[in-house]
Amino acid sequence: MSLDHADVKKIAHLARVDLADEQMESIAKDLSNILNLVEQMSTVDTAGVEPMAHPLHMVQRLRSDEVTETDARELFQSIAPQTDAGLYLVPKVIE
Amino acid sequence: MQWETVIGLEVHAQLATQSKIFSGASTAYGAEPNTQACNVDLGLPGVLPVLNKEAVRMAVKFGVAIGAEVASRSVFARKNYFYPDLPKGYQISQMELPIVGIGSLTIDLEAGESKVVGITRAHLEEDAGKSLHEDFHGMTGIDLNRAGTPLLEIVSEPDMRSAAEAVAYAKKIHALVRYIEICDGNMAEGSFRCDANVSVRPKGQEALGTRAELKNLNSFRFLEKAINLEVERQIDIIESGGRVVQETRLYDADRNETRSMRSKEEANDYRYFPDPDLLPVELDEVFINEIRATLPELPDEKRQRFESDYALSQQDAMVLTASRELADYYEAVVAAAKSDPKIAANWVSGELAAALNRDAIDITNSPVTAELLAGLLTRIADQTISGKIAKQVFEAMWQGEGDADAVIETKGLKQITDSGAIEKLVDDVVINNPKQAEQYRSGKDKLFGFFVGQVMKETKGKANPQQVNELLKKRLAQD
Repeated sequence: MSLDHADVKKIAHLARVDLADEQMESIAKDLSNILNLVEQMSTVDTAGVEPMAHPLHMVQRLRSDEVTETDARELFQSIAPQTDAGLYLVPKVIE
Repeated sequence: MQWETVIGLEVHAQLATQSKIFSGASTAYGAEPNTQACNVDLGLPGVLPVLNKEAVRMAVKFGVAIGAEVASRSVFARKNYFYPDLPKGYQISQMELPIVGIGSLTIDLEAGESKVVGITRAHLEEDAGKSLHEDFHGMTGIDLNRAGTPLLEIVSEPDMRSAAEAVAYAKKIHALVRYIEICDGNMAEGSFRCDANVSVRPKGQEALGTRAELKNLNSFRFLEKAINLEVERQIDIIESGGRVVQETRLYDADRNETRSMRSKEEANDYRYFPDPDLLPVELDEVFINEIRATLPELPDEKRQRFESDYALSQQDAMVLTASRELADYYEAVVAAAKSDPKIAANWVSGELAAALNRDAIDITNSPVTAELLAGLLTRIADQTISGKIAKQVFEAMWQGEGDADAVIETKGLKQITDSGAIEKLVDDVVINNPKQAEQYRSGKDKLFGFFVGQVMKETKGKANPQQVNELLKKRLAQD
């Protein structure tokens, strides 16, 4: 399977990655190569093999429901570009 | 052409945990902005999520309550999209292996009919923060206190065929999550939110039409209105030769309209993949059965018991079991009052409900407690007061003027049952109204009410109505 420039553009947009036009060719090729490898793996018969959700054969540990964090707003907001009235400010988002 | 509406609902229930689903920050509502958003909620580099056991227990509790299969193994996945109130650039959710599988819920429709609605799945996920678009000099303010609050997303099959059915389903889920105490159900605070997938198709057609997803439905009334509007809009489009576009539409309650929010085709590409920060969740039968054992009596079971134990109609039983608090109140009244359960039902769902509604008070804070109401009903049953006077007593108790006996005493509302006294009054009334008595005797039966009214007026409503009726009949039969 090979990706064309339009596919790469769409993926880049979804990931909010800014790609220059001259990068398109090589990235399309690299991504296509990865997909080809995956395609090769897809030919293996995996019937009866449970899909792996995590490389470690371990089970999720659960924590008890307790509030352990205290307010550290001042610390966190000291590295924020802009804040006002306790809020983080970001460029206006319009739906 | 005849159209059929097809509706599926997605309910987001905030789970009533103390801390967040993946961090130890508090989930309490209404705190100062960003004071309950820790480094995990902010998605700072190097942090790891650790799953809250209580959120898992609550999801399982819901699963066993709807008779669904609870997954022995479920997996968290990343749902990728960009929005400023989602700091990580992905929401941790569940995709292929949700914690709760297929189940169903029976909903109650009008005229005592019911219908089974399929539940496709319910999965755990984290909530996003809040964006505030006003008043920040052209910028958007972000409050991340809500980010990471545990949600149970409950997805129904497209089994509903009208806005009324959708509302009945949403109300049933709402009652259920509150019964099993996994969600406070507060719609105004956003603890319980509904999205509706709505489409129409020609009656008889199998294939589904293109659907629109309605958001911002933060009351049952809005849910109903928005669906009806959307159905009309879609039929108009199709009948005028157009095509419905798959999109997300926002309901605007002020204008009572839905409008397009964003085209879903692109936004829909969430590129889910298993979250490498979290391991699969494995639950054994022992854990699930332990939770099953903690289930309280569920709304349907309670309703059936009310019908048989208290000889109530289905309608009465349904009203009284709408919430656990109301049902508990009713049972406390019945247990304490020496009175007919049916009369208790009338009072709880009539006088009391009206007063609570009028003053916007929750039943758990009712100034007339179950014991106070029981005291009142006992005095009706033993004929100390009539039902009519009881309403006066109730109002006084509502205003905090003491229990039924105290109010009856201080206001002198005790019913007159002394037949000698009533007989005397009856006699006076008949003698003082000779014209009416004459007309009554010559066949104008309707005038009987006039005499009853006169006697009641004399006694300010305190005469025992049955005795008045009997004595009047007897007296009027004489010349």
